[in-house]
Amino acid sequence: MGMTIAEKILAKKSGQAKVGPGDLVTVEVDTVILFDNNFMPSQWRDILKLKDKERVIVVLDHRVPAATQASAAAHRTARQFVEKFGIPRFHDVGYKQGISHQLVADHGYALPGTVLLCSDSHTCSAGVFNCVARGVGGPDMVFAATRGETWFRVGETVRYQLEGRLPTAVTMKDAFLQIAGQYGDHATMNVEYGGMGIANLSINARKTLTTMSAELSAEFATFEPDEVMLEWVRGRNPAPFEPVYPDKDAGYAAVRTVDLSKLEPLVAFPDTVVENSRPVAEAAGTAIDQAFVGSCANGTLDDLELVAKVLEGRQVSSKVRFIVTPASQNVYRAAARSGIISTLVEAGAVVTPATCGACGGGHMGVLGPNETCITATTRNFKGRMGDPSARIFMGSPATVAASAIRGVITDPREFLH
Amino acid sequence: MKFTARVWKFGDNINTDLILPIQAFYLTPQEQTRFVFHANRPGWVDLVKTGDIIVGGKNFGMGSSRPAARSLKNLGLGCLIAHSINGLFFRNCVNFAFPAMECRGVFDAFSEGDIAEVDFDGCTVRNVTTGKTLPAIGLPPKLLDLLKAGGIYPLLERDGLIGPRSQNKT
Ligand code: SF4
Repeated sequence: MGMTIAEKILAKKSGQAKVGPGDLVTVEVDTVILFDNNFMPSQWRDILKLKDKERVIVVLDHRVPAATQASAAAHRTARQFVEKFGIPRFHDVGYKQGISHQLVADHGYALPGTVLLCSDSHTCSAGVFNCVARGVGGPDMVFAATRGETWFRVGETVRYQLEGRLPTAVTMKDAFLQIAGQYGDHATMNVEYGGMGIANLSINARKTLTTMSAELSAEFATFEPDEVMLEWVRGRNPAPFEPVYPDKDAGYAAVRTVDLSKLEPLVAFPDTVVENSRPVAEAAGTAIDQAFVGSCANGTLDDLELVAKVLEGRQVSSKVRFIVTPASQNVYRAAARSGIISTLVEAGAVVTPATCGACGGGHMGVLGPNETCITATTRNFKGRMGDPSARIFMGSPATVAASAIRGVITDPREFLH
Repeated sequence: MKFTARVWKFGDNINTDLILPIQAFYLTPQEQTRFVFHANRPGWVDLVKTGDIIVGGKNFGMGSSRPAARSLKNLGLGCLIAHSINGLFFRNCVNFAFPAMECRGVFDAFSEGDIAEVDFDGCTVRNVTTGKTLPAIGLPPKLLDLLKAGGIYPLLERDGLIGPRSQNKT
């Protein structure tokens, strides 16, 4: 039997001809991304030797500009670390700032067929570029940075065949909510995405799906390569690479078809992402205090453009704080150049600099007691965005924008035809 | 490696935001333990005795990479046995040397307050109260060794790759 994409990359990087479910492999790590949380006073361990500074990228993203003294201290430690080892790829507060997973896309940092590690759980985002990327723990990061390797347990793979084209006002966030609602978690397993339908999807749209795969508890989320993706990477990173395709006789735990043309806008109800998706109609009418669009899943230019389309010529409800956070300053600049940002602020949205911000409840949009929020981010866990009594609904950027206008959860098809 | 102690039960999909909530992020690791399960089980941390065992349901520890496993260890818990353990959380358990093992059906085999006997080398979980024994899914030998050796940091310290542990640190 052949191998899936993840198995083939893990085999190559562990120097074996074949690996399969149940194996424990030690693999070479091509890219190590450290971010501000790693440098927090309660977490950082002073690194004395690096394996290879060219493989390390440092990003300040969770709380930028610094939200508290502790985060300022973490940023300072990060700068000193970068300085000490002369790390060339550093994304400090300013022009190059952004959420690590967005920067990976902006700069082509994830090369097809490689291994990428970061200790943020949504690192599987980079799987859109056909690489095995996983969120690991802080100690794993220190190990990979100093030793250049890490371990993985090889899991079974579930293959998703994406077919058809998304209807208007329906996004890949809805496609994710469909999968998470129908099939639940994929703990200890990999997910692999392919099928004729991917040709109709932008890289940004595909990336929403790989990023959200963290919520399936998937080990790795990989996309089958196509020319659109390969061109994207080549246009941003001159380094050579070898894309990896699954073997024709690869063994999958399941192969499932998702017909994108049959999907509708969905929302996840509060407190948990999986097995919690319902049609937007079931939440419609619920009053909200805050609406948020941002994060590594939904802070792309496509997302901001969609929000602008909904808001164009309309006003955000006076009862709602609508916060929009581009995923990188690069995205922010592109949105500013094309007039998207003016549309958002004219409508009454608050546009923040690129950061994780409200997604992780760190700053710039923390929820108060008993508040209700609808968010286009990654998680709706209890206490995720602030007070544990706050209720967090999760939907697409279109659903969030439509809800911000009405002040209650709203079907975006009212505004987009 | 064996543990015998009282069991506390937590169900399916226990996430890391519940174990190490955002409000505790800026505190020292010891202070962070005060917030374990604060949102879903306030006051619980005061009832826990050193060595107690957590029995969980499916996908225990889902969520973020934050060092939530470290909080369970620092709280003084002996080990975690769950029907299934989230992959990322499991890494942190091994790396921070908090013993954790999967055991199918363990959630239903225990009532809260029962005494469990957990054998990591023999890969069994016994309910001392009821006398029932379940097979557990043992850790690969390499990972069990890493766990017994105290996790990743002592290893890297020994090799001169990271600086010494200071107070209030991991
Ligand atoms: S945007 Fe949210 S989910 Fe993404 S890395 Fe930041 S905190 Fe994590």
